[in-house]
Amino acid sequence: MTRPAVVGIGQTHYAKDMHRTERDLALEAITRACDDAGVPAAAVDGFVSYHIEQVAEVDLMTALGLRELRFMARTPSGGGGAASILGLAALAVASGTAECVVAFRARNRSKAAAYGRDPNQGGRPWAKAGTRLHDFRQWHYPFGVAAPAHEFALIARRHMHAYGTRAEHFGMQAVAQRFHASRNPDAIMRDAITLDDWAASRPIAEPIRLFDCSLENDGAAAVLVTSLERARDLRQRPVSVLGQVQYGAPIHTQLCEFFATTAAFGERDGGAVAAGRRLFGDAGLSPADVDVALIVEPFTVAVPLALEQYGFCARGEGGPFIASGATRWPDGSLPVNTHGGSNGEAFIHGVNHLPEAVRQLRGAACNQVAGAEIAFVCGAISDPAGAVLLGADR
Amino acid sequence: MTAAYPRPEPVAAADAEFWSSLRAGELRLQHCLVCDTPRHPPAPICARCGATEAHWLASAGTGEVWSFTVIHPPTLPAFSASTPYGAVVVRLDEGVFMVSNVVDCPVEELAVGQRVALAITVVDDDLALPLFRRA
Repeated sequence: MTRPAVVGIGQTHYAKDMHRTERDLALEAITRACDDAGVPAAAVDGFVSYHIEQVAEVDLMTALGLRELRFMARTPSGGGGAASILGLAALAVASGTAECVVAFRARNRSKAAAYGRDPNQGGRPWAKAGTRLHDFRQWHYPFGVAAPAHEFALIARRHMHAYGTRAEHFGMQAVAQRFHASRNPDAIMRDAITLDDWAASRPIAEPIRLFDCSLENDGAAAVLVTSLERARDLRQRPVSVLGQVQYGAPIHTQLCEFFATTAAFGERDGGAVAAGRRLFGDAGLSPADVDVALIVEPFTVAVPLALEQYGFCARGEGGPFIASGATRWPDGSLPVNTHGGSNGEAFIHGVNHLPEAVRQLRGAACNQVAGAEIAFVCGAISDPAGAVLLGADR
Repeated sequence: MTAAYPRPEPVAAADAEFWSSLRAGELRLQHCLVCDTPRHPPAPICARCGATEAHWLASAGTGEVWSFTVIHPPTLPAFSASTPYGAVVVRLDEGVFMVSNVVDCPVEELAVGQRVALAITVVDDDLALPLFRRA
């Protein structure tokens, strides 16, 4: 098997209402990733994205003048797949199916954006769902539960009840990430906040407050994967893909099934518990070996859930783990979302977490974890999701 | 407000069965005919034993609040005038979970573990909802 490595990272400017098409944004992020690596864009022979991605592979192929496309794959759902798109790209390279694979996400989804009005995604669900419910929405919408914030709030409250987690724990993670963002020139939110600021931010769906929420913005991010052997001749210090894992799980949009299978946040919760053991076991590593974690969080409650399920702390200890300062750069034992995350840097459906993991392992992050050698990235908990382990190539 | 109410128009016959029984004044749950496991939402296969045969049994309509949230604007147009309002996940005593609302309960009194009983609420001729009240 060929060992895969991330050799290029690319991202657009992140902002609200950029008035650019998602194809345009994707092309900029992808060509930047190629430039970063020193690989001509014409060498790309594979694309991986979310199944809800609106930029088609063939459109990228045409725009980039690619002669051959050997690998196309998509992951289920949205932010759950943020790590898995890189994992799939790595599998394609490892198997020899393709040699130069891009994982990407592009969004023109600000409130006012035309794409936000797509019937299937983006924008605000209540603004476009209509009132005729044919599918899983019939079990939520008639009761006024329609937004991811509503659904995550119901998950968060149960966790609070089960373990004594406090809403302030989510707030502390929001504060840590906004501090990280305040030092990141690419972040949309450049002002640090205090826990008082968090407490004063308006409630969206209690216990979730505005500052717990991911941003509504436009932009795109991409990473380029090739073989480690080839990577060593390229421009950047390679970052090895040490392992990847996916798992199926009930999704937050279907809470009846979610609570029926994960009601106690126990062994079966989201499948991440077993998946984490596979990930670390196969790589011969443990959570204690991880220097920096990028945890995709549509809402900050996803951070303690992921920390617990992937084994960074005991079940139920995610809140106190955050309260201890462990997730805050530079002094925390496991800095989380050092670029500022989805409430600080930008919301690219979690895919902006991938270039940050790579920067950390290159030693080039704005909030650099000293001597970082192992990075962990996971997609959003409460989706079908997955995770990757990345390693600095020394 | 009624015009904008989000309205189930299921494709699946079993989903339609669920809503029509509510219009008739009863909460009924789909149960596996082989192993008797209740399931909600309705589904074509028993996830426990794999059997496809199912039948419908009246629920006792009792359970507990498993989780709750208090929802603030923005939200669905039909609910905008009601904010802030509570939404809950109820665990019925049969073991299935439902998203719902607790009627006659101020949002500050919502609590996990609160015992609740069915309070079918008629929205109009075509829609009745399985809401709950404190028991």
